[in-house]
This record gives sequence, structure tokens and C-alpha cells, in this order.
Amino acid sequence: MTELLVYGIVLGSIIALGAIGLTLLYGILRFAHFAHGDLMTFGAYVVLVLHRDLLPWLGIPELRLGALSFGGRMLGALVISMAVTAGLTLLIDRLLYEPLRTRKSSPVILAIASLGMAFILRSLIYIIWGPQFLFYTQELRPAWELPLEVRLRPDQLFILVLALVLVALLYLFLQHTTLGKAMRATADNPQLAWVCGIDTRRVTAWTWVLGAALAAAGGVLYGIDAQLRPDMGWSFLLPLFAAVILGGIGSPVGALVGGLILGVVQQVSTAFLLPTYKPAVAFVVLIILLLVRPRGLFGRTT
Amino acid sequence: MDVSGLLSYLVSLAIMGGIYAIFALGLNVQWGYTGLFNIGIAGFFAVGAYTSALITTPMPEGVYATYVEQLIGLNLPFAFGLFGAMVVSAVLAAIVGIPTLRLREDYLAIATIGIAESIRLIFNNERWLANGPRGLTGLPQPLRAWVEPQHYNYLYLAIVLIAVVAVYWAIERGIRSPWGRVLRAIREDETAAAMNGKNVFAFKLQALMLGAAIMGLGGALYAHYVRAISPDAFTPLFATFLVWVMLMLGGSGNNRGAIVGAFVVWGIWTGSTFVTDQLLPTFWAARAPYLRFLLVGLILEAIILLRPQGILGEERRVSKLLE
Repeated sequence: MTELLVYGIVLGSIIALGAIGLTLLYGILRFAHFAHGDLMTFGAYVVLVLHRDLLPWLGIPELRLGALSFGGRMLGALVISMAVTAGLTLLIDRLLYEPLRTRKSSPVILAIASLGMAFILRSLIYIIWGPQFLFYTQELRPAWELPLEVRLRPDQLFILVLALVLVALLYLFLQHTTLGKAMRATADNPQLAWVCGIDTRRVTAWTWVLGAALAAAGGVLYGIDAQLRPDMGWSFLLPLFAAVILGGIGSPVGALVGGLILGVVQQVSTAFLLPTYKPAVAFVVLIILLLVRPRGLFGRTT
Repeated sequence: MDVSGLLSYLVSLAIMGGIYAIFALGLNVQWGYTGLFNIGIAGFFAVGAYTSALITTPMPEGVYATYVEQLIGLNLPFAFGLFGAMVVSAVLAAIVGIPTLRLREDYLAIATIGIAESIRLIFNNERWLANGPRGLTGLPQPLRAWVEPQHYNYLYLAIVLIAVVAVYWAIERGIRSPWGRVLRAIREDETAAAMNGKNVFAFKLQALMLGAAIMGLGGALYAHYVRAISPDAFTPLFATFLVWVMLMLGGSGNNRGAIVGAFVVWGIWTGSTFVTDQLLPTFWAARAPYLRFLLVGLILEAIILLRPQGILGEERRVSKLLE
């Protein structure tokens, strides 16, 4: 049970990375971004290409890091993938969402457009990489035997640490930079922010960059922990939204807490249910939440 | 391909087009008229198909029972299957609608994704319910004794078209009634509708359940057409996304648009199967389904950007008394 709890926190930190970006987009751009899970998938597959093919071809060595199953090349690939995924969303925003915003389309139309984009991204991933499971590494990955009968792989500790570092960086960014404050102001009240002279276009662009980069990181960390599948992002979509609503829409801290709770609940449920039921567990949590406290733990009443 | 081959191809295309038209009409009640954002059509599709299968097939016996498990097998006629599918689908809609319809509009969308995924997982994993991943086979088809087996699809096409016309007629009647005008009022301005004393939640729930019942009917008609169903058929790509593209292409808020969109998109879908299977080299042919989904996805974005009202656009007439 302790082991499931620990694994749940690892899974929860991955969900939190996706959920924080999703809650920022939800709060600032004001629509439900249904392609967020598929951004995670995209980021994970970009790392696959970089780490397995492109960077070795350029002669970049792996430089193993301690007990981890990968090395410096993976970290480099991760950073590039976060940037590529961010660039992709800026392109999509320019082509798809910006014209819709200019036309003052309702948020539901933007949500449908993002649903279409989710299917486009997933189709592209199926076309390029095929439907089979893929792995970053084929080697055996021994686990540490920790107290309380917990077996933890070094990779999993890395996932937890990196996720927390990224969340901490985001927190510092939002609290202490002018841009971060502008983002929070826009999330609070977009009209007021605009009247106060905040460049909402710049805020929009940075929201995409941060949301996409965190989603890509989440996807890659899931790939390190488990495997790559074209529908992995889709199966993350329910826990992501459940975490966002649990934490209160627009609240990054809430999304972090919500993500960790969802991860633990999903993982602990595998003691009683088949692991394939994880998305259904997230759904049940969501329904209970909507019945009991629809504005979430940290949400405002509006 | 000879003439009779072409004809049977067109008949099967029309049957599936008609079944999709029913889904698009159901979605039109929810989204087109009431503004309810249901992206879990696959769930209602699956529940309709499985419910009708469980009602109309006999309980497996003897050796057969060791290979096929199912919760019930009532061996009732086709019409009971259709009716049961509509009822169960509507009940499912109530389960999703009651916790979400009082909240922000996109919560319903998230909940419908959730119910669709959960249902697919349940049918995949719970073998006692409907034979798990292998699904149910040998679904009965109505009036088979009337015609020779090779001509049966003509009869089934007639049944599907009767269902399309019946659903179309019922929705047209409903939408031109005071009830239908309240739905549109809710879509346009929920607060104003509530201030006029309308119980917004009740109307939304009715629209959601009616749309779901229609989708359940479509699911049942699909199941008895293909005669073998398994959870694989009810993926979000195939069962939800295509229907959305059909309605958006044909024109939300227009029942004829929903039907036109269904036939056009299904025509593009099967027509491109023809192209990809015949013309592409093996590597690409294996990936052809995804190429088609990419195409359909791009069509959706193009409609949203270039012609948001769809081919036909919304009809402005609201009352049968004004025609």
C-alpha cells in the first residue's frame, strides 16, 4: 500500500505538470483545451526521435547519470522537446485560435477547435510512429529496496524531483516576474488587465509556451516511467481535467494539489480494480467533485 | 466492379450514412438547438448497441455458453431492442446531466468524455456483462424471412431510412413547438430564459436525454446492421468525432443540414477508403485510417474557420404556425 502511495505521487507529479498548464490556459484563454493530453504525447515522441535518432546521429554522447536509465542526452532532448512543443502551440494559436478570438467566437467553439486539434495531433502521431508501444530504453531497470517494502526505481525519483523543480520554477515566475503577475492579473479579470495596459497578446503567447512546455515535460516523464503510446495523452485527459477542477480553474497551486490527489487515487485504486480502469476512476472522482464542491478546493465562487 | 457490386456498395454506404444521420440528428438536439456540448457520443452509441444486442439475442446455451458470457439474453424482437436502447441511453444521459448541467457548460463536455471512456473500459474488461473484448455476435435482423439473403440490405436500408424520417419529423415537430423555442432561448441566453420563468436545468436535461435516446437508437440500428459488436467499434475517433464533423459541416441547428452532413462526411470517409486502399503503397495503406482521420480533422478546422454556419446554416423559422 505504501508502495502504491509512492507510485501515486510519481504519477500525480506527471498529472500535475499537465494540469498546471491546462489550468493556466483555462484561466487565461478561458476555454477548455482538449488537445492538452495530445501535447503531452507529442512532447514524448519528439524526445524519442531526438534521444534515439537525431542526437546520436549528431554525435552527442549519452553521459550516463548515476543509477538512472538514461543520461545527459535525454535531458537535452527534454529541453528541446519542450521548446518544440511550445513552438507548435504558438503556430497552432496563430493559425486556429487567434482568428477565432479576433472574431469573438464563444469559448465552446474554441473548445471544439481544440478537440479537432487533439484528433489531428493524434492522427499525425499514428501516421508517423504507428500504433505500437515504444520505449526510450530497453534495458532492465533495477529498483532500490526502501523501507516499508517500497521498491522505487531511480528513474521514478528523478521524475518526482524534476516535476517539483519545474513547478517551483513556474511558481517563482508567476509570483515574482512582471510577466507572471500580468498573467495572474489576466486570469483574474481579462478586461481589467487589458484596460490597465497589459499586453494580452504577449500574455496569451507566454501562456501557450508555459502550458505546452510543461505538458511536453509531463509526457516525457510518463514515457520514462512507462511507455509511449499514441493514445497516452487521451487517457491523461480525464485526470488532467479532474485535477484542474479539483484545484479550482485558474489556480496553479490547486492543479498541483489536484494532480497529486488524482495520481494517488488512481494508483491506489489498482489495489482493488484493474489498472486499465484508471481513467474511469478519474471520472468517478470528477463526478463526486462536481456534486459536492464544483468550484474545487481553491476555486472562487464566480 | 460490376453494376450489382456497385449497387450493393452504394446500399451499404447509404445504410451507414443513414445511421450516422441519426447520430447527427441526436447531436443537433443537444448542441444545435440547446448548446449542450456532448463529446461522448461514443458512450451512447455503445450503450445503444449493447442494450439492443442483450435484449434481442438468446442466452448462450451448451458448449456455446463456455465461449460467450452475457448478463442477459432476452431473445425479444427487434423493436424491443430499439426501444430498450433508447431508454437505457436516456437514463445514462440523466446520470451525466444531473451533476453537470447546473454548472459551466464545458463541465458537461468533460463528463461526457468520461462516461464514454468508462463505458468502453467496462465493456472491454467485464466479460460477464457482454463477453468482454470479443463482444457479441450473431445479432438477429428483423424480417429476414421476407427477402432472399443477398437482397436483405435493401430491406434494412428501408428500415434505417424510415427511422431517419421518423426522427427528423419528431425533432422538427418538437423544435417548432413552445418547448423547442425554450431550448433555443437557453442556447442564446440562459439567464434571460431563466428570468422568463423557464426551468433551464429541466429543459437542458430533457434535451440531453432526448438526444441521447436518438443516439441510442442509432447505436441499436448499427448493431443489427453489422451483427457483431465489440468495444473496439466505439472509439472516440470513430464514434464521436465523425458525428461532430458531420453536424458542423451540414450546419448546426438545421436538421436537414445534419442529414446532409452525415451523408457527405460518410461519403468522403468511405470514398477515401477506396482511394487509400487501391492507390497507396503498403506502408501508407496500413496507416490509411489515420490519414483519413487527419483529413476529417482538417475539414473540421476549415469549417470552423471559413464557414462556421456549415453548408446549410441554421434555419430561422421557429414556429409551425408561421409557415
